[in-house]
Amino acid sequence: MAKSPEEEHPHKAFGWAAKDTSGILSPFHFSRRDNGVEDVTIKILYCGVCHSDLHAAKNEWGFSRYPMVPGHEIVGLVTKTGSNVMKFKVDDRVGVGVMVNSCKSCEYCHQDLENYCPQMIFTYNALNHDGTKTYGGYSNTIVVDQHFVVRIPDSMPSDGCAPLLCAGITVYSPMKYYGMTEPGKHLGIVGLGGLGHVAVKIGKAFGLKVTVISSSSRKEREALDRLGADSFLVSNDPAKMKAAFGTMDYIIDTVSAVHALAPYLSLLKTNGKLVTLGLPEKPLELPIFPLVLGRKLVGGSDVGGMKETQEMLDFCAKHNIAADVEVIQMDQINTAMERLAKSDVRYRFVIDVANSLAQSQL
Amino acid sequence: MEEKSFEEEHPNKAFGWAARDPSGVLSPFKFSRRSTGEKDVRFKVLFCGICHSDLHMAKNEWGISTYPLVPGHEIVGQVTEVGSKVERFKVGDKVGVGCLVGSCHSCDSCSSNLENYCPEMILTYSAKYNDGTITYGGYSDIMVADEHFVVLIPENLPLDAAAPLLCAGITVYSPLRFFDLDKPGMHVGVVGLGGLGHVAVKFAKAMGVKVTVISTSPSKKQEALDHLGADSFLVSRDQDGMQAAVGTMDGIIDTVSATHPISPLIGLLKTRGKLVLVGAPVKPLELSVFPLIMGGKIVGGSGIGGMKETQEMIDFAARNNITADIEVISMDSVNTAMERLLKGDVRYRFVIDIGNTLKI
Repeated sequence: MAKSPEEEHPHKAFGWAAKDTSGILSPFHFSRRDNGVEDVTIKILYCGVCHSDLHAAKNEWGFSRYPMVPGHEIVGLVTKTGSNVMKFKVDDRVGVGVMVNSCKSCEYCHQDLENYCPQMIFTYNALNHDGTKTYGGYSNTIVVDQHFVVRIPDSMPSDGCAPLLCAGITVYSPMKYYGMTEPGKHLGIVGLGGLGHVAVKIGKAFGLKVTVISSSSRKEREALDRLGADSFLVSNDPAKMKAAFGTMDYIIDTVSAVHALAPYLSLLKTNGKLVTLGLPEKPLELPIFPLVLGRKLVGGSDVGGMKETQEMLDFCAKHNIAADVEVIQMDQINTAMERLAKSDVRYRFVIDVANSLAQSQL
Repeated sequence: MEEKSFEEEHPNKAFGWAARDPSGVLSPFKFSRRSTGEKDVRFKVLFCGICHSDLHMAKNEWGISTYPLVPGHEIVGQVTEVGSKVERFKVGDKVGVGCLVGSCHSCDSCSSNLENYCPEMILTYSAKYNDGTITYGGYSDIMVADEHFVVLIPENLPLDAAAPLLCAGITVYSPLRFFDLDKPGMHVGVVGLGGLGHVAVKFAKAMGVKVTVISTSPSKKQEALDHLGADSFLVSRDQDGMQAAVGTMDGIIDTVSATHPISPLIGLLKTRGKLVLVGAPVKPLELSVFPLIMGGKIVGGSGIGGMKETQEMIDFAARNNITADIEVISMDSVNTAMERLLKGDVRYRFVIDIGNTLKI
């Protein structure tokens, strides 16, 4: 007979979980494994609320398993280290992102591309090697293989750093891979949310000219004055869009709803690259003529490897880049999810786990 | 009366075959060519390949055709006159002209040897030239072109079989190089075994690449493996075969211009693999984003190539003894050839023997 979540592993844990496709989260008692020789046990301080948490909680992608404890933007303090762990010690401030394990032996793992390992294990809603489910960071503690733990640079605020563990690496990795690091080149960013606002900051740090492309003109002042974007393009203004045709070297598309790619492909110069990062439920329409006539491409990218994740955090620390966050209490999570569904957040909710989770048990 | 004006447009008489309307049917056409300008190369056309684009254009399927339309952009011949400032060619040289006869020479693309992406690039036929007249292609007795858009055909390449390289050849060569799918040991898929596809197989093999042909026709398998040298052959409707090949290819050159599903092709790519479309379906294709993101994969496009690269491709073909597989036809068989082309009934390019069969 399968053990209950509380009895599965030796150490009691507590968090909030979605129990069904309504996606509504509620208190949940479960357990964590013993700290193995390669493991680090982390007391969780903060966890970012990624839009993927919402998609997964509601089974919008069709592969959710319940009960599900979301959360893959985790910052906390080390409380225990295994005997093989040299790079961390108790009280170190560390982070965990989207993955907690991989095969460590395939060509991708050997190239520091654990994110593309066919046996990569997600931080939540996946299965460990022992068949038990992985539970994420909307919880008080997590035990993770040291390889999948990163150090939080001293100068970074814990709450503002948490979203970088998914949103940050998700934009940083393709920006490096597709060469969006040449000062003076022009980057367009579609969508000004969790991913988009971090992309603006990182883009500016690379010395790029940055244009935010959004359907909401109300985000213009924010984008220009506070985030430092160079210009703002309202995507449903045909005249303004036309004036911008053929002006961008790259576009990062963060929109996760189904949307048209054709207008954005037109914004690209010859040899331009559009990287799509949002995960819509249905296919998109891809016009081919613009690709052939302009040697343009559409690429995808999925977070980044562990080495690159650490590199990204160090880069952000150097350039004083953190996410813009709204800190919430654990028991506000359902309201936050509703607001997130309406994009009513500037620009990431972060759960103050350490100060509010325990109280939510009462 | 109309025809008289085409004959008088330019100082030198020319003769060819033209489509008069979107039926696409070709017939004899008297017209004229400009005098040889100081940078021009004039040559007697010996052969011209029939590209599927010629068929699309003759029938105005892309909406950009002007009639009368003399197709042909896989043109080879022998130089009869060069302008006073021409440096690279002399009378008697064997030369070729492909899809372009002009560009602005000043934009970023032109400065990077990418005349094919110049916003003002001028197509070899049915386009407006610098002097305001319409360009006429290689289904004709004479060509005059700016030397910048002429390539030298090395002696060891048979002219008739070299002609298709000027469009089909560069169209597949350019993306193999640009998308880095040319390294020995890589595995590249080629979708569609027609004019473009068969040349892609030959180039990729010469680059040391393992090649899998992906086709809807099982009948092409023996050809692909025995004659063209492909390493393996996948029938796209064979679920088991396609499943076994998932995640095995560094890249795929997709030559199919009809609407077709690309998700199965994206599945064949390794992580960070690249699907490059060189055929241009008119309607958008469906792109499932999950596999693209989960595998960090790319879908790109490519269109012909610049002049420097076209010469490089011809020289590469000469060094490796690569030419197209052709069926030589007479000028007056061109309409029948077009009908067969429409049905894919050709192995793998028709080439018109202009020198011997184009007669007024």
